[in-house]
Amino acid sequence: MNKKLLSLLAAVVMLSAIVAGCAPVAGPAAPAEEAGEAAGETITLEFTQWWEPELPEGSFRALMDEFEAQNPGIKVELISGPYSTTREQVVAGAAAGTMSDVVGLDGAWVSDFVKQGSLASLTDLMSQAGYDDSQLAAQIQLNGATYMIPVVNFVYPVFVNLDLLAAAGVENPPATRSEFAAAAQQLTESGENVYGWVLPLSLEQPNGIQNDVMSWAWASGGSMMKDGLPDVTNDQVRSASEFIKGLWDAGVIAPGSFSMREQDKVEEFTNGRVGMMISSLAHINMLRERNPDLNFAITALPAEDGYDGKRGLPYASWGIGVSANSPHQAEAWKLVEYLMSAEVNSKLSSIANAFPGNVNSTPDFVQTDELFAAAFDVFQTGYLANEFVGLPVAENLMREFAEQFQLYLDGSQSLDDTLNAAQEAWMAHFE
Amino acid sequence: MSVDGRFAANPKTNNLYRIWKRVIPYGYLSPTILLLAVLSFLPIGMVVYYSVMDNVIMNQNPVFVGAANYVKILTDGVFQTALGNTLYFTLMSVVVHLILGLTFAMLLNSKLVSPFTRSVFRVVYILPWVFTASIIAILWRLMLNPNGVINYLLEWSGLVSQKIEWLSSRQLALHAVTFINIWSGYPFYMVSLLAGLQGIPDEIYEAGTIDGANGPQLFRYVTLPQLRPIIISLAMLDFIWTMQQFTLIWMTTGGGPGRVTEMLSTFTYKLAFSTYEFSLASTSAMVILVLSMFVALFYVRRQRASDA
Repeated sequence: MNKKLLSLLAAVVMLSAIVAGCAPVAGPAAPAEEAGEAAGETITLEFTQWWEPELPEGSFRALMDEFEAQNPGIKVELISGPYSTTREQVVAGAAAGTMSDVVGLDGAWVSDFVKQGSLASLTDLMSQAGYDDSQLAAQIQLNGATYMIPVVNFVYPVFVNLDLLAAAGVENPPATRSEFAAAAQQLTESGENVYGWVLPLSLEQPNGIQNDVMSWAWASGGSMMKDGLPDVTNDQVRSASEFIKGLWDAGVIAPGSFSMREQDKVEEFTNGRVGMMISSLAHINMLRERNPDLNFAITALPAEDGYDGKRGLPYASWGIGVSANSPHQAEAWKLVEYLMSAEVNSKLSSIANAFPGNVNSTPDFVQTDELFAAAFDVFQTGYLANEFVGLPVAENLMREFAEQFQLYLDGSQSLDDTLNAAQEAWMAHFE
Repeated sequence: MSVDGRFAANPKTNNLYRIWKRVIPYGYLSPTILLLAVLSFLPIGMVVYYSVMDNVIMNQNPVFVGAANYVKILTDGVFQTALGNTLYFTLMSVVVHLILGLTFAMLLNSKLVSPFTRSVFRVVYILPWVFTASIIAILWRLMLNPNGVINYLLEWSGLVSQKIEWLSSRQLALHAVTFINIWSGYPFYMVSLLAGLQGIPDEIYEAGTIDGANGPQLFRYVTLPQLRPIIISLAMLDFIWTMQQFTLIWMTTGGGPGRVTEMLSTFTYKLAFSTYEFSLASTSAMVILVLSMFVALFYVRRQRASDA
């Protein structure tokens, strides 16, 4: 045969091989998979979340194995990664229509995914399954339907370093803003390189606005919203901002705030450089591991002087949702239902050191650990407050507020200009 | 009879043969063409398409808006700030990379240094280039922390009386991230220029010396002209890479405080993953692409000229 013909044949074969290689792997397998489903064979649910790496090794997989044993015919494939990677993965999956069947969600993402049409209505799935939702502690709803259920909640109380407080002559953890300011002042004056409070305002992770700034307004029954729209120019947000500015001007906040992230904040507290921080209960074990000598306690976020109402407690959740594109929504709901059952939710909240999403669940640590018991008291006497949950582009709202708040703190602009600029920037996302 | 002969016997098949002959080279090229199409042309084409729609991905039925996104991006104050910051960051990085890289390369190329010492220093100097951007960011965040080693040394030596917030200060943050980028990038220049220096024949220096040239004159009239092609190539590549630097900025300052370290890369990222404005992000990416293309075009033209 002619060499040229042979060469052409070889080129065509190569091209075909490459095209075949580029073809989606799932393509040829799909009919077999469908046939398998029809014959009642195994369905594999993909579950993307950031929880598994944050839990003791193997513990989350063990819960999934238990689910698989209870539900023959359903397998769960965990796709795990760090929080930030998971977020990007879920965004990309939502964009491409390839979101996993079940996804771990942060309340700050929900509005955008709902707008995109990538999350299934859990209200519909609950009603199809005949599920009694009264056992759920919370549901994140938009347009009258539930799209996310908080599986476990991490509340953000105030951590106080008892040794530093004692050295500074502060007898009791502060309960009001003026007590807090006085304690912060005494702590800062008590030793070299010790500060009263720590405030992370990094623009990379702007959740300091949620946990460390707005939380002051929520703790005194305040709000940053009115009738579903931003209202950051109100007296409560103004008062919280002025309080923080007072601390800033007094020099009692640890330096480096404008590039500080949540993990840096915890690091400052762990190393005994700050006396007080607002942080997640999830950090208790880490603090104990990194500095076994750290003598610390937990208290509720101080409220405005004279306020005696219930205190809002900032929180973050490990939420769960189901993909609108999932062909196995009924099976996906079974997994959600399993995780939200009283027994499993107790187990999960125990290993995560979090508060349960099922009202009938009680985590083990409440009985066995003094600090968690104290936190549980704080949790029960207050109410969960995180107004960023369910807002559109929530993370960006925090970032926009942080940009303005940085200018206010370093004296580049007035409080009026700060709050008006933030209000204007926020309103643009609600139009 | 050969296949060529059979084709030649008939005018019809002769035409077929001609077409065949034209097609065959494309058959050979097809794997490369396919890879280029999938990995380059398709993504770029999609970004161009996205940039002229109102908002893709988040919008189920995007609408064509022409150049509206380009007008919006180019007139956006934050974009202009990011462009200015990016140009400062890039130009400073490229210029100082060159100066430091050339200085260290010449030090290492000196005959006064023994081969062993040269190898040791070569390893030491190249270390910053070995680290990934994430490691560099973490390392410098720790060192520039108000309680970090830099502030400790400055306070200990009496140069400053209070801690400097290198990455949190609106006056210092842009210079601090530029410095970190300079630190991490100069070894690339050093290694390349050292290779170039070692390729300059000694005879040229000897001839210059006989003609009465002193050290600076040898540098000005021998070393620099000999290194010129390498310097131009390095500077252009570095310009393109530095302009797209994202990880370092994101992990150290996130574009803050305020907007003082906002770069085109962080601006684009925020549009895509913070506000989910994928069309505007694509438009911003197109602007970066066009700016990079200008430099790339200049680079290619220079390469072609030097090849000729």
